Amino acid sequence: MQQIDCPWCGKRNETEFSCGGELISRPQDALGADDKAWTDYLYFRTNTKGVHTEVWRHTFGCRQWFKAERNTLTHQVVNTRKLSEETGEGHGDHG
Amino acid sequence: MAKPDHRLPQGGRINRDKPLSFSYDGAVYQGYEGDTLASALLANGKRLLGRSFKYHRPRGALSAGVEECNALVRLESGGYVEPNARATLVPLYQGLSAKSQNCWPSVDWDIQAINGLAARFLPVGFYNKTFMWPSWRFWEGFVRRAAGLGEAPEAADAQEYHKRHAHCDVLVIGAGPAGLMAALQAAGSGARVILADEQEEMGGSLLWEQDEIAGIAAAEWVRSALGELAAQNNVTLLKRCTATGYYDHNLIVMAERVSDFLGPKAPVDVPRQRLWKVRAAQVVLATGAIERPLVFPNNDRPGVMLAAAVRQYLNRYAVAVGQRVVVACNNDSAYRTALDLQAAGVEVVAVVDVRADSQGSWVNQAKSAGIRILNNHAVTNTKGRKGVTAARVAPYSGETPGVARWLDCDLVAMSGGWNPVVHLYSQSGGDLDYVEADGVFVPQGRDYIQTAGSVNGRWLLAECLREGAGAGVKAAQTAGFEAAAPAPENASADTLKQGPTLPVWKLVDESSDKQWIDFQHDVTLSDVELAARENFISVEHFKRFTTTGMSVDQGKTSNINGLATLAQVLGKAIPQVGATKFRPPYTPVAMGALAGPDLGPFYRPKREMPCHDWHAAQQGDFDDAGYWQRPSCYPLAGETRQQAIKREALMVRRGVGLFEGSPLGKIEVRGKDAAEFLNRIYMNNVPSLKQGHIRYALALNDAGAITDDGVFTKLGEDHYLLSPSSAAAERFVGSLEEWHQTAWPHYEVIISPVTTQWATLTLAGPKARQVLQKLDADIDFSKAAFPHMAFRSGALEGVPARISRVSFTGELSYEVNVPASYAEALWRRLLQAGEPEGIAAYGLEALIILRLEKGYLHIGADTDGNTIPDDIGWGAPARKKAVDYIGRRSLDLPVYCQGRRLQLVGFKLLGGRGEQCIEVGAHSIESADTASGMRSTGFVTSSCFSPHLNQPVAIGRIEDGRNRQGEVVALYYDRKTCRAEITAPVFYDPEGERLHA
Repeated sequence: MQQIDCPWCGKRNETEFSCGGELISRPQDALGADDKAWTDYLYFRTNTKGVHTEVWRHTFGCRQWFKAERNTLTHQVVNTRKLSEETGEGHGDHG
Repeated sequence: MAKPDHRLPQGGRINRDKPLSFSYDGAVYQGYEGDTLASALLANGKRLLGRSFKYHRPRGALSAGVEECNALVRLESGGYVEPNARATLVPLYQGLSAKSQNCWPSVDWDIQAINGLAARFLPVGFYNKTFMWPSWRFWEGFVRRAAGLGEAPEAADAQEYHKRHAHCDVLVIGAGPAGLMAALQAAGSGARVILADEQEEMGGSLLWEQDEIAGIAAAEWVRSALGELAAQNNVTLLKRCTATGYYDHNLIVMAERVSDFLGPKAPVDVPRQRLWKVRAAQVVLATGAIERPLVFPNNDRPGVMLAAAVRQYLNRYAVAVGQRVVVACNNDSAYRTALDLQAAGVEVVAVVDVRADSQGSWVNQAKSAGIRILNNHAVTNTKGRKGVTAARVAPYSGETPGVARWLDCDLVAMSGGWNPVVHLYSQSGGDLDYVEADGVFVPQGRDYIQTAGSVNGRWLLAECLREGAGAGVKAAQTAGFEAAAPAPENASADTLKQGPTLPVWKLVDESSDKQWIDFQHDVTLSDVELAARENFISVEHFKRFTTTGMSVDQGKTSNINGLATLAQVLGKAIPQVGATKFRPPYTPVAMGALAGPDLGPFYRPKREMPCHDWHAAQQGDFDDAGYWQRPSCYPLAGETRQQAIKREALMVRRGVGLFEGSPLGKIEVRGKDAAEFLNRIYMNNVPSLKQGHIRYALALNDAGAITDDGVFTKLGEDHYLLSPSSAAAERFVGSLEEWHQTAWPHYEVIISPVTTQWATLTLAGPKARQVLQKLDADIDFSKAAFPHMAFRSGALEGVPARISRVSFTGELSYEVNVPASYAEALWRRLLQAGEPEGIAAYGLEALIILRLEKGYLHIGADTDGNTIPDDIGWGAPARKKAVDYIGRRSLDLPVYCQGRRLQLVGFKLLGGRGEQCIEVGAHSIESADTASGMRSTGFVTSSCFSPHLNQPVAIGRIEDGRNRQGEVVALYYDRKTCRAEITAPVFYDPEGERLHA
């Protein structure tokens, strides 16, 4: 079982975390978004083979969401950052 | 036959002051403390210890350790049974009882040995090819009876198993010379060290090789090294602890046999085994090597044994397995067996060495000791039905056998070289290098794993000690500790030299006799050749087709011989064929150890409501509602469940009932942006709600589908209490946190789940107010002062209470929330106060009837992931709200604005008899003509018989339902059709007069 480096708590067992899917941004002006932009946000993902930026949550820990770069081929989580560590906001598919 | 005594008069690590008696197949034998079952049986001259899997060939112990593939026994009886125990690993204890396996009627006379005569019809893959006609099902019964190794225990396990998690800086696996040195060095640096070893005693080969270290006997050196380690409190020593699995980021799973060595007499408060999960910064693998058998015809007879095993039985257990021994080898180490045997007074008939010569130290010692050495010779066959009586020896040059002769003997000690134990390293994902000279695969090395000793192909003691010390230092340093470079240890072996090994894979070109590669699965040289002919040439395919290495021993002795033979048949180099990937576990792990204590009531946690003890005392009928234990109903004496449910439902309609709804979700949201934030979450308008009032609310996901319904209350300025449904209580908190953190982190809100802090006791029924008014309270319960959908807090019987006038039954109803610790006292007080009104408790089943009569939804049952507010009659408010709330934008997508959507309706059954109901899941169909196919236009989602209305009630969703009220539809379920009229989804008090009473 791999360890994931929670940006708030440090390295913890993978079983403490849940994956929220690809890092996406909810359109700022949702009501003004056209149907294509909105359904792209709802349903379309890059389905990356290789390193993929996702949101994960330390569910059985600090309960914080954070960004994680995960290799979809090896399942290795290679990098983690706080959501606030880069401009732009994002959330996963859980909503 | 007289029982020969094979025990030497002195020596060994057995305790001759502690004789132990044990039984094998009903006969009683004697051994000593320190014996294994195998060594004790061999000491008693018992060497036929098993039957092979397929041909039921007689077999004896091949080894003295973990690689054993033949001597499998069934231990003990009843709740203490362990099948497939390797006799070489079973420590002897007083009263041990073992039985042979895979034979009938006995290991000596086994009927299925006839399979051996049919061997030519049972090649590898025979079951894949043979049982196709008429069908596998026809054959399965026969095959199942003949197949399988050992039998599963019939009784439940009588012993306990524990689990433990641990962290350390350096985990050393293997406590032989390399491992001990590594542990000493790492421990000296102050690092937290765990040293784990699978054997009964730590020390590895030092326990039985005639070596000296630093001028003292090896075993003495082990004792002082262990003493030194045990004295340091940063060191944990785990003997009888097998590392079985290597997982990501240095997570090692180890099975510790805590009390197996005591057998069924182990104290009850001690677990039998303990499963360790160790997270280590650095791992040192000092896992050693396993001797490789030679492949020649009839190399599986009892009395053909690995040379080092013969030496180990001799030196460690004081057992001379044979009296006249032929040593067959391709390397120097086997000469030690000849030397040790001769020193113990055992006749060494000859050392048969395929090599032309060697100038190694042990070879020279053997020469000076006058041991007969046949160079350029190989053993090419054996005789003896149930044990070796002679070995055939022929000149060996290249692969051509020449003139042969028979040498009388009762034991063949063979050594085909050594296979490093790279299993754990391979599990870690590490790659292997092939070392041509020794014919071995060794680890390439990884930055978080150090390997040391014979796992790296180091065969001399001095090398192992040096490498172990170096690995210990490196591991400690890499883990962040200051470790000094080790002082060189003086091993007596320092001046020893070894001649080169000559890897050989087969000793005889042609033979009509079988040459075993995998002893346990009966895979022979000709099977490998057959597999190659049939094009199973990928090593992973080859393994599965021939089943080489797929049994209990996982190919510890057979893998390399198998793939090297395959390479030879294919005319390829061994590295080109490659090794199969090793997978966990290294050795079998008891299912009990994997399960640990998580059995029975501990399998899954249960949540009990605050008044649980009261419910249980009423013989309440509990249902699992998620983790919660919730009473479904409370049958009185002589009452059936159905009668109880009906009584409870009627009681609420006519008088008053009490219900515990404590699992109901309770989340407090506070902060200056609370209203704005919640306005994003709920479909309903949040800021317009006034303090002390409650509002029904739907929550959607961003795709527009309804995910939950519930209520929210404005407790104060910037302070809200949310009540999602019980099932969604935890999910809803998660959803609030997710949206807050990911989409709107600038909102200043604090989200606190308080579900279990507050118990919820619901009083429902027209007489609910009368009951509540009898209690001592500072709250005015009158209709005018406390209307429907209002909230009041105050003191009830002196206890802080939060009371909501909400209803899921359609009756006048108060949800009384008090701190959980006061719940049962208040529950009893309410029952007492309500006695004149005929109050009683009601359960979930009655609640389900009451809510369905009223047409209240159960999200997730009456709706699904495609249900939007419009479908349940909430379209207008959902679209009127102009704020961007979760799901709002999706409601304007064409898919939600067009077509005949499934809309919530009621169903009135026509022509029903008695208490007949419409089946949940019945589909509304356009025509019952099954031939042309039935198109579903909707379905029933909830249904029951209403005791109050004395009629069946049902709700569901049907295409364009709101415009079709009064229409009669056919409802199809399980080949039967009934007729029903579409109605409004409310059957009771549609005006809500009772609700507002």
